Amino acid sequence: MTYSVRSATVRFGATVALDDVTVEVPAGSVVAVVGGDGAGKSTLLRALAGEVPLDGGTVETPPKQRLGYLPASSGSWAALTVTQNIDFVAGIYGLAGDELAARRAELLDRASLTHAAGRLASQLSGGMRRKLGFVMAIVHRPALLILDEPTTGIDPVSRIDLWRLVSEAAASGTAVLMSTTYLDEAERAAHLVVLDRGRILVQGSYDQVRAGFAGVVTQAGQPVRAEWAWRRGRVLHEYWPGGDPSTPSSPPTGATAVAPDLEDIVIALSLARRNTVPA
Amino acid sequence: MLDMRAMIVKEFRELVRDRRTLGMLIVMPLLLLVIFGYAANFYVSSLKTAVVGPQAAQTAKTLPPFFDVTVTEPAGTQADAETLLRDNKVDVAFVTGQTPVLALVNGSNLFAAQSATAALNKAGNQVKTQVLFNPDLKTSWVMVPAIIGLILTFIGTIITSIGMVREREAGTLEQLAVMPIRPSRVILGKIAPYFLVASIDMIIVTVLGILLFSVPFNGNPFAFALGAAIFLFVVLGLGVFISTISQTAGQAIQTAFFFLLPQILLSGMIFPLEAMAAGVRWIGYLLPLTYFTMISQGIMLRGAPIASLWLPFVVLTVMAVVVFTGATLRFRRDLAPGRPASPADSQPAETETVSTA
Repeated sequence: MTYSVRSATVRFGATVALDDVTVEVPAGSVVAVVGGDGAGKSTLLRALAGEVPLDGGTVETPPKQRLGYLPASSGSWAALTVTQNIDFVAGIYGLAGDELAARRAELLDRASLTHAAGRLASQLSGGMRRKLGFVMAIVHRPALLILDEPTTGIDPVSRIDLWRLVSEAAASGTAVLMSTTYLDEAERAAHLVVLDRGRILVQGSYDQVRAGFAGVVTQAGQPVRAEWAWRRGRVLHEYWPGGDPSTPSSPPTGATAVAPDLEDIVIALSLARRNTVPA
Repeated sequence: MLDMRAMIVKEFRELVRDRRTLGMLIVMPLLLLVIFGYAANFYVSSLKTAVVGPQAAQTAKTLPPFFDVTVTEPAGTQADAETLLRDNKVDVAFVTGQTPVLALVNGSNLFAAQSATAALNKAGNQVKTQVLFNPDLKTSWVMVPAIIGLILTFIGTIITSIGMVREREAGTLEQLAVMPIRPSRVILGKIAPYFLVASIDMIIVTVLGILLFSVPFNGNPFAFALGAAIFLFVVLGLGVFISTISQTAGQAIQTAFFFLLPQILLSGMIFPLEAMAAGVRWIGYLLPLTYFTMISQGIMLRGAPIASLWLPFVVLTVMAVVVFTGATLRFRRDLAPGRPASPADSQPAETETVSTA
């Protein structure tokens, strides 16, 4: 089973939040949406969740009973305990009695939250709260799981925990669509979608994205063209797209080329769009 | 100095963006002045009057214009006069055919009754005055039934709207929106606890009112409970409506006050409706508390049967339906903007496709 948005366009007033975006989320795999602030990540996720009406295109999504969603906001009810939060959501999906008790115990254990079961959601750390949100999103074994920046603002150990949970969900056959601002994290996904200002810059597996990347990224202390350069640690990287007669498109002799990672690729493609297409 | 100027400029900029607070600062005083000015009048200029008994016609002619005779029944008895008062059709009823003439006064309309007894006292021995339903003309007897309504209004609008808007503030409304639960059930599920708490509050306040102020309860408690339940639906609906036009709890409280204040001033609870200038009186007739007060005072003080209170019951029922439907529709729009109407209700297919093209 594959869920999708096809040729999706969403406008908020004069702003085009999504522009002709097509993304497929096959069962059993993790699709990661990356992009900067305002790229359209949340809008894409909410469109697939049926939360944002489309101005064009189609959405193929499971019925609400089979959809799990973790919004970018808290994802839990602050004045309820961990157990009460899970029980509330499970109740909406018709889960009760022994079945609920077993499922709750299993999920709390997998998320390492068993010891915090009686604690109020408002008293949890950021990482624990996100894990609780995740547990609430999968308590009913959804066919499609949508996670809006599940790891933003939480510590590295909790991130690892959450990624394990996401991978387990996918391994059990759930189609997972998640957004993230962490590119190292996105590299782990089966499929990547890079969004910039509502448009898809590139998508595919990490290997496909890397193989399809055209141009050269160089490393230097001083950039030749500041508008094509960005800082990575102590050095500057600069992109030479090639094929554009208006700019020097190939690096000067002697410049050190680097093997671009996902972060380089995303920044390079965003700069290429920004420097050639007016906002 | 520069730092304080920066603070002042920033505060003004925020204030200008916050339309509601600005509205409260500018519109509220004007509104209060105008409404208070026209509504604040304890003096009742004329009284609806009935004259019954053999000399009804003659007596009616001799009454000063202050007594606006709306009913003249030569065949009527004292019991008929009491029924007219119980049904709140008149403020005063003269029973002729006895010396002195008996004047029955409706004590549940406090200010009308005070004006009536003052006028009747001038007539000396010609008239024997008897105040019904509130013989000592106690303010508390009239206020307690109205305050029950005010408390229900408070819980219904402020507490409910805060409870609803908290979901929006916390971002959990978004989560509810993707769950397979109908918006109407979200609303009913959310307001049921408030309904229960408000009902318990109502019982406590009513019993305390009776115990502390010796307010009588002459009518049918079930009719009273029915009226209170319908009224609660109106104010809870208002609470839901307020939550749909507020983004934060602070805004919800401000908006609820816009609804609450006129109910206190214009529902007839403090100032008699019949003494208000026509320009503001009509507002009073749009407010649910006006009709609940009619029901609660009628049942508690006068022991009025439901049949004589049909008008406030019907008006409140219509208000409940209109307000609740409106609030639910607005809430539904917040909750399910992208989905076709309630897909959760249809039997789940493996996938569903939403297309715009």
